[in-house]
Amino acid sequence: MTDRIAFVTGASRGIGLACARGLADDGYQLVLHSRTRASLDELLAKLPAACAAGSLLLNYDMTEQEAIGRAFQVIFKRFRRLDVLVNNAGVMEPAKLGMITHAALSRTLEVNLAAAILHLQGAAKLMARSGGGSIINISSIVGRYGFEGQVPYAASKAGLIGATLAAAKELAKQKIRVNAVAPGYIDTEINHQHSDEVHRLNLARVRMGRMGYPDEVAYLVRFLASGQAAYITGQIIGVDGGMSL
Amino acid sequence: MITEDKLKKVFSEALGIAYELVNDDLKYAELAEWDSVAHMALIAAIEEAFDIMMDAEDVIEMSNFSRAKQIVAKYL
Repeated sequence: MTDRIAFVTGASRGIGLACARGLADDGYQLVLHSRTRASLDELLAKLPAACAAGSLLLNYDMTEQEAIGRAFQVIFKRFRRLDVLVNNAGVMEPAKLGMITHAALSRTLEVNLAAAILHLQGAAKLMARSGGGSIINISSIVGRYGFEGQVPYAASKAGLIGATLAAAKELAKQKIRVNAVAPGYIDTEINHQHSDEVHRLNLARVRMGRMGYPDEVAYLVRFLASGQAAYITGQIIGVDGGMSL
Repeated sequence: MITEDKLKKVFSEALGIAYELVNDDLKYAELAEWDSVAHMALIAAIEEAFDIMMDAEDVIEMSNFSRAKQIVAKYL
């Protein structure tokens, strides 16, 4: 294990869990976020024992601005540094345009975009103090191309791409790289809520003919976190089996 | 007060102004040396000197020396 610190939000399942496991394999000490403590306890059981023991666990709701500020204070006091942020926590509430409630719209933008930007802000501050770092925002193919029934989600993930590009420009001088990953149709809980018809339609768009695995997204995240990606910033990279072609 | 004295020295060095000029009346943007660029350098210098990390809201709120004392004290 190294003294490098990686912070993964929404780490208890899906892509976040795959990233946490992968970054643990890469030797990072982890800061792991989930909304509930119970899901973090479950997560710990899925990590290597040595990594689990040294991990900092944070549970808070992404809509609580003050909790996000407190999280970075805790990281600062515990580690004094941050090397990697995986901005992964997100929600998706599919609905046709005429059925979108203001509450669902606010929640989606708050969690997927505003909270991600606040994490980006906190991470950049810590990274600047320790000479640089890598921020990886988990966007979506939906943010690049839009999907029917997902207007708020698409808007939030497109917003995250804009935030990635702007932050990459602003932070390059401080040796902080900011990139976004745009997963396609990945086999996670968030994609299990679709109807059979939507599932068939989505799958038909994937040229490789299958859902992606969370680990296949995590491989790219691990690369972007690493020194091998030292000259890569401001990029939006798809992991979608040809769904965007 | 040691903290106030230390904070005055940080202000003086970060903004490049005389120590004597740093008092409760010193306000952001009223002095040419304390502009938005200098403000970020000042924040970094304060955080380094006191080994603290300030929230964004406090960074924005720190609009005069008097307020700076209150904000820094909150983190110590």
